[in-house]
This record gives sequence, C-alpha cells and structure tokens, in this order.
Amino acid sequence: MSEEDKPEYWRWTESNWRNPDIRWEDAKIVTAGIDVGSVSSQAVVMTDGQVYAYSNMRTGSDSPESAMNALNFGLEGTDMPESRIDYCIGTGYGRVNVPMADRTITEIACHARGAHFIYGPGVRTVLDVGGQDCKAIRCDEKGKVVNFLMNDKCAAGTGRGMEVFADLLSVPITDVGQRSFQVEDEPEPVSSTCVVYAKTEATGLLRKGWGVNEVLAAYCSAMSERIFSLIDRIGIEKEFAITGGLAKNRGVVDRLMKEIGLAPMKTDWDTQIAGAVGAALFGYVLVQKGKGRKG
Amino acid sequence: MIANYGYKDGSGDYFIAIDTDRCDGCRGCVEACPVNVLEVVDEDPNDPFREEPIVIVVSDKRKKIKYECGPCKPPTNRPPLPCVEACPQGAISHSW
Repeated sequence: MSEEDKPEYWRWTESNWRNPDIRWEDAKIVTAGIDVGSVSSQAVVMTDGQVYAYSNMRTGSDSPESAMNALNFGLEGTDMPESRIDYCIGTGYGRVNVPMADRTITEIACHARGAHFIYGPGVRTVLDVGGQDCKAIRCDEKGKVVNFLMNDKCAAGTGRGMEVFADLLSVPITDVGQRSFQVEDEPEPVSSTCVVYAKTEATGLLRKGWGVNEVLAAYCSAMSERIFSLIDRIGIEKEFAITGGLAKNRGVVDRLMKEIGLAPMKTDWDTQIAGAVGAALFGYVLVQKGKGRKG
Repeated sequence: MIANYGYKDGSGDYFIAIDTDRCDGCRGCVEACPVNVLEVVDEDPNDPFREEPIVIVVSDKRKKIKYECGPCKPPTNRPPLPCVEACPQGAISHSW
C-alpha cells in the first residue's frame, strides 16, 4: 500500500451545526468565539448569549487560515454575513493568530466559562484534554477560575498521543475506547510517561504477542493515570466535567473516573467546543458592559 | 485564584503557584529574581474582568522553570527562595 492510500486512523469527523430555532435577524448582540488549538479549531457564533452555530475542524499548518475556515464552516448554510458579528474573541494555543479577533483571552478562562455553559453551573472541576496540552481547572458557581494548572510541555496524556497510538495500531480513533475494553484481563499500564517511548514500548508488546486491544487498554490506562496525577495537584471537587476531544474516549474517561471515584457530568453538546463557547460568552458580557466594538 | 505555572514531566512536578487574591503587583519578587522568571502585567491573563496589575511567570520560561530556577535551588543547604522571601503577601510558592 502506498503512503497515499494508507487510511488515516487518527482522523475524526469534522462537523458543523446550526440552531434551527434561532433567527439571527432578531438578535441584538452577535458574538463569536474562535478557539484555534494545536490539533483542532472551533468557531462558535452566539446570538444574545445562546449558541446559534458552531463548527469543529482540524487545525491546518496556517493558524489565520484555520481560524477563517472554522468561522466560514460554522456560518455555512446560515445567511449571516461575517460583518454582523459585533465582537469576536480568539482563544487557544493559536489565539494571537486569529485575524478577525477584537481581543484574545487565555484558554484557561474560556474553558472554565464554556464548561459552565455546556455542563451547567454545578461544575466545579474541569479537565480539558486538548490536542497537545492538558488543563485542570477549578471554578466557582459563576464559572470563574479559582485554581488551575496546565501542562503543555509533554504530549503524554494528550489527544495527539492518542492519535499516534490509533495510527500505530491501525485502529480508527473513534473505536479506541470501546476496543480497549475488549480484553480478558486489564493489562498493566505502559510504563513510559513519554509518547515516543510509549510507542516503542507498545511495539515491543505487540512483538511479544499482545493483542491490539490489550495494547490499547494498557495505553488508555497509562493516560488516565497520568491525567489523574496532574489533576490531583489542584484537588478534585464535585461536579467533575471533561472537555476537549478526549472526553469522547471512553477508554480513558471510564478508567479515570474509576480512579477519581466520581461520575462525570453529561452533556449533549460537542465537548470540543467548550473553549470557543467560553470566548463567545466573554464577548457577549464585554459588549453588554459597553466594551464591545459597537458598545 | 491559584495560578500554577510550570509543567509535569517524567522527572517530576515543577510548578510556581501564584495566589492572585494576595498579589498586589508590587514587583518585589520581579526585582528579587536573579534570572527574570517573573514579570508583572497590567491585567490577569486568566481573568478578563480583573484589571489590576498581577505577577505571572514569563511564558518563555514556563516550560523550563526546573532549570531556570536551578540557581536558587542547590541540592543541599537550600537558602530561602528570593521571590518567596520578597513577597510581603505570601503569594508565591514552589512545588519542588
């Protein structure tokens, strides 16, 4: 098989959504939040503090272009012109490269605010596992950050690490969680705390005759251990919510929650849009306070 | 807010924690630090509604503070840390 024909096991489906019950023409304040992450980008458009439309895409090599693509994809099918947006906030790893942003806000503040919106005001601890970082945030009943830490030095315990494993084992990323439970006995977690070494270790295990599912189980459990040791530092308070792409991976989430001893909060929203939702909400508050473009 | 700047890797946890409710942006720690790890900014980057000056860890140094802070942390007979000593509010602490 040539390199071009090789299936991309890491690839997840890009999506966009629009709220059919909202007429944007009736809105007083329209704000947008654009979260340009290291692996994925999201754009959320809000009308008077409600989600009107969003998109979730892969980040390309060019951050300004990724931001524009995400916004265009989010507005696709709506006839809202980009100029209708009163205020736009950029967030995420690539936030300084969002050309249409009126202001940037760190992803820490945006994720807490976004999780508060998509999971409800009961959330006190937010874990965001993004493409190349892992954030643990404690917030109050208003979604304001009270304690946080972020680890963006090391890819172990991040979404990209999981993509690398999906590719290595030729398992579509969306099947990883489910397949990691199709094992007779839960294997020991891989010992390496580094993705590069974990990959080497996994190759060794396959050679020793381990099944693909066992290796997935060993990696998911290593990742949950790694994440647990990180969030333990800020202390875990109920209710607990997970945002970011990894929230969709049961293999890690179920093992992590077992360790924490809590049930995670549930939501119908796409967990990857939390940062962009928070950014759009901050925009809404800023415009109301008269700090917006049209304020 | 407790802001933890730093990282965790295979060798350990390296975080500088800043209590933003105590910090008044007096710059005492910035002047005390021999390797310029700290800086005072006009508003808290992690709280868009707070507009008072606040100390943060310089972003370029966050991923290497284990090494940046090394000179103040000899393996034996470690003296008190200058940044911690310099803070009248007790707003700074180190995890290692």
